[in-house]
Amino acid sequence: MRNGLFFLLAVAVAIAVFFGARMLNNDYVFFAGYTVLQFILLATAWNILGGYTGYVNFGSAAFFALGAYATVFFYKLYPLPIPALIVIAGIVSGIVGLGTGYLTLRLRGAFFAIATLALAVVLQTFVVNWDYVGGSRGAYIIRPTENVLTGPYIQYLFLLMLALVVLGLVCARGIERSQLGYGFATIRDDELAAEACGVPTLRLKLVATTLSGALMGMAGAPFPYYIGYLQPSSAFGLEYAVNSIAMPMIGGTTSWVGPLIGAVLLGSLQQLATVTISSAVNLLIVGLLLVGFVIVAPNGIIGLVQEHLRGKRR
Amino acid sequence: MPLLEVTGLSKRFGGFVALDGIDLAINQGERVGLIGPNGSGKSTLVNCICGTLVNEAGTVRFDGEHMDGLLTHERTHRGMARSFQLPRPFVTLTVADNLRVPLLYTVNARRRHSLKPADLDARCGELLALVGLTGKAAKLPRDLTQVEMRKLELARAMAAEPKLLLADEAMAGLSQSEVDDIVSLLIRLNEGGVTIVLIEHIMRAVMRFSQRLVVLVSGKKIADGGPDSVIRDPEVERAYIGQ
Repeated sequence: MRNGLFFLLAVAVAIAVFFGARMLNNDYVFFAGYTVLQFILLATAWNILGGYTGYVNFGSAAFFALGAYATVFFYKLYPLPIPALIVIAGIVSGIVGLGTGYLTLRLRGAFFAIATLALAVVLQTFVVNWDYVGGSRGAYIIRPTENVLTGPYIQYLFLLMLALVVLGLVCARGIERSQLGYGFATIRDDELAAEACGVPTLRLKLVATTLSGALMGMAGAPFPYYIGYLQPSSAFGLEYAVNSIAMPMIGGTTSWVGPLIGAVLLGSLQQLATVTISSAVNLLIVGLLLVGFVIVAPNGIIGLVQEHLRGKRR
Repeated sequence: MPLLEVTGLSKRFGGFVALDGIDLAINQGERVGLIGPNGSGKSTLVNCICGTLVNEAGTVRFDGEHMDGLLTHERTHRGMARSFQLPRPFVTLTVADNLRVPLLYTVNARRRHSLKPADLDARCGELLALVGLTGKAAKLPRDLTQVEMRKLELARAMAAEPKLLLADEAMAGLSQSEVDDIVSLLIRLNEGGVTIVLIEHIMRAVMRFSQRLVVLVSGKKIADGGPDSVIRDPEVERAYIGQ
């Protein structure tokens, strides 16, 4: 399927999801749906670097928080519409992603992962000590109750996140089926052999860190409007780092579908657990599922399906 | 002017001298065998020529251009290709996609992105036919046998349309008939205009393949000449053959 056609199909599905949710006539659906969509975008963004190139990023929360705090900063400086804030957050996070990539170009495996973890710690320390964006006290964002386009404001945020998910999925799928995608796959499989085949691995890694960082930042940009009160511990929350890794791992990291499946499955399960049991059970669910999948399906659900299909063809 | 000219190349790993002032010239169209006992510096030499390792002293000139400071992929773009001692396929890509990578990143870049998807498919098909892997295009590397893996490694190096191919132990672990198969393939590639340096331990294959033989021992070049004369060289016999 061509990228243009896929884009149209994704938009059609997004419209169907939005109006389907509206038909339920329950604001909770939008609150819960927003979180699931946010995780789809985060997981898709993480997978561009972690899945396609094999560079595991433990600093997803830092990029997410960067997007959220970019919104707070510009909200205080000069109030802009959220779509503009999303673009700005994407640029800021993309630049930080590029910088991270540049500083960690020679690092691989666990060393790269530790460096990204360090980035999250450094950024959180910076934000905690930056009074303008609220520091450790946090910052309030007054969310309007209505929006001319959708009515209730949460529906507007849901729609924005839906649009971002379409953008993220189209971007990830486009990469996967392009020359860039081949390049990323060779970095994941064998960087030395990739260089010997003429792949400019260092340049491609910078592209991956920038794209991934930008999309994660965009996922965080509407968050202050969603939560209303942003503090470092919520923006840099462990669940963002853990979920953005666990969701693609459970779904499968070699395809754009993997993070989507993983995020829908895990995100919905977490929302269900939050209402029925307790929000504290979330990370336990993630942990148990991750252990289960590592044992039963190390290549995720997509890997399991691919293996099954390959077995049938033989 | 030689296609590849290595002058005074030296490489150390801590206190261990892996290469000690190597001089080597390879002419266009030659078939050169590079031999030496384990640890003599053959693979280190290949790695320094390809840019995988950085040499501390000496220079590498390829096709009249200084290679010093160029990254591995930049050297590949200029016409240098290599195969690895242990096959290093892209395990998540199919056999055809393994070949598509150098075609996309080296050949297509060299031709200013003029190759169309149909051209890429056709070229993949030709390469697979050349190495006898037609029918395996959609397979994953893990489904290939050892000799097929070696062929894929060579086909992938050839996909970059190199002027010089450095084949590092392309026959390790193969049976006698498989070795003959690979040697015939390398000779065919050379007849197609590719200069080849074969790094190998299997002397029967080296003698059949090489027009010239270079011997390394403890990071030093101790012989360079026709295979028959080099193999009778007393120093080579003493150091390599073990008499």
